[in-house]
Amino acid sequence: MYTWIWRVLPGGLPGKLVGSLVLLAGVSALLLFIVFPWVEPMLPFNDITVE
Amino acid sequence: MHGDGTREAARESPDSDQPITDQVSDADEGQVAARSGSRHGAPKAPRRRDARRSGEGLRDGSAAGKKPRSRADLVRTGVAGLGQTLITFGLVVLLFVVYELFVTDLFTNQRQEELTQELRQNWGDDPTVSGPDLPGGGLSSIPLGEGFAFIRIPAFGVDYVKVVIEGTDPDELEQGPGHYVDSAMPGELGNFSLAGHRVGKGSPFLDLDRLQPGDAVVIETSDMWFTYVVLGDPTTGNFDADPSGIPGLEIVSPQDVDVVFPIPGVDDSSGEPTAAYLTLTTCHPKFSAEQRLIIHAILNGPGLPRADYPDGPPALTGG
Repeated sequence: MYTWIWRVLPGGLPGKLVGSLVLLAGVSALLLFIVFPWVEPMLPFNDITVE
Repeated sequence: MHGDGTREAARESPDSDQPITDQVSDADEGQVAARSGSRHGAPKAPRRRDARRSGEGLRDGSAAGKKPRSRADLVRTGVAGLGQTLITFGLVVLLFVVYELFVTDLFTNQRQEELTQELRQNWGDDPTVSGPDLPGGGLSSIPLGEGFAFIRIPAFGVDYVKVVIEGTDPDELEQGPGHYVDSAMPGELGNFSLAGHRVGKGSPFLDLDRLQPGDAVVIETSDMWFTYVVLGDPTTGNFDADPSGIPGLEIVSPQDVDVVFPIPGVDDSSGEPTAAYLTLTTCHPKFSAEQRLIIHAILNGPGLPRADYPDGPPALTGG
């Protein structure tokens, strides 16, 4: 998968490096700001009340 | 050009599919053949054809061992794919830990600043509409998710101040310590009970286990200061030695709701509460939701008007 992405990225070595970083940042942002906040309430780590 | 393509494909062949190399060289050869066919008599053509033949011979030789090699490639590709997937999954889990421990702090701290400004503005702009009527109750007057008081714990440092939110649902608790809606209000007889996160979400109650008997917990409302002190014997540090019989610190199971009853630990809620308690609940141990860490405190003296004590009660000013 990573080999394929690296091969597909354009722009020679600098372009590939920049493209990789942009992809990495995009995926991280997607996880941190959308996926994790959405999945978190379903996980049991955050129960702090007595009920 | 063709040569470049073949070389590039050949270079990538160790970590890419072998068939790509074959395809490229096949196309290459086809074009070479077509070109040599169209240029009969050109001096280069026979040489290239020779080269092609020798290349074909090589390929034939390798074609004999092609089948086992491609199966090995298939296995290798599969294992590499599985490895990549597992590494990716591990990185995602690691990122989630980073999110829980650090990124949620950023969100919560930002929200706390907003809430602080809102609350200060509400209190400052229009003192007559001063939030809840205190200390006369007014539970229903505070909408869920709205900040209505500040909690300060001098033992955690002078800069420890958090906005208390009404409600204990995840939405409220990710903004700061939340008030159990059925419990008393600050300064009221009964049990003013708060829940707060131990790790992450600003970690408001991270260090509750460091509190000692006699430590102050100061609640600031729209017009009053209320100073609670942790139960127990301040001279010996024994949490269980309080005259009231209520421990200053206890660790209970998540089902033990009686810790937030009007008289903590007393299951009979029919009797009128005779004292104003404060209860803080958080999870225990750290990074777990297995148990609950509970702090009980009792109101120390009457509430002090903020008008008379603009800098805080003696517990804050060190007087």
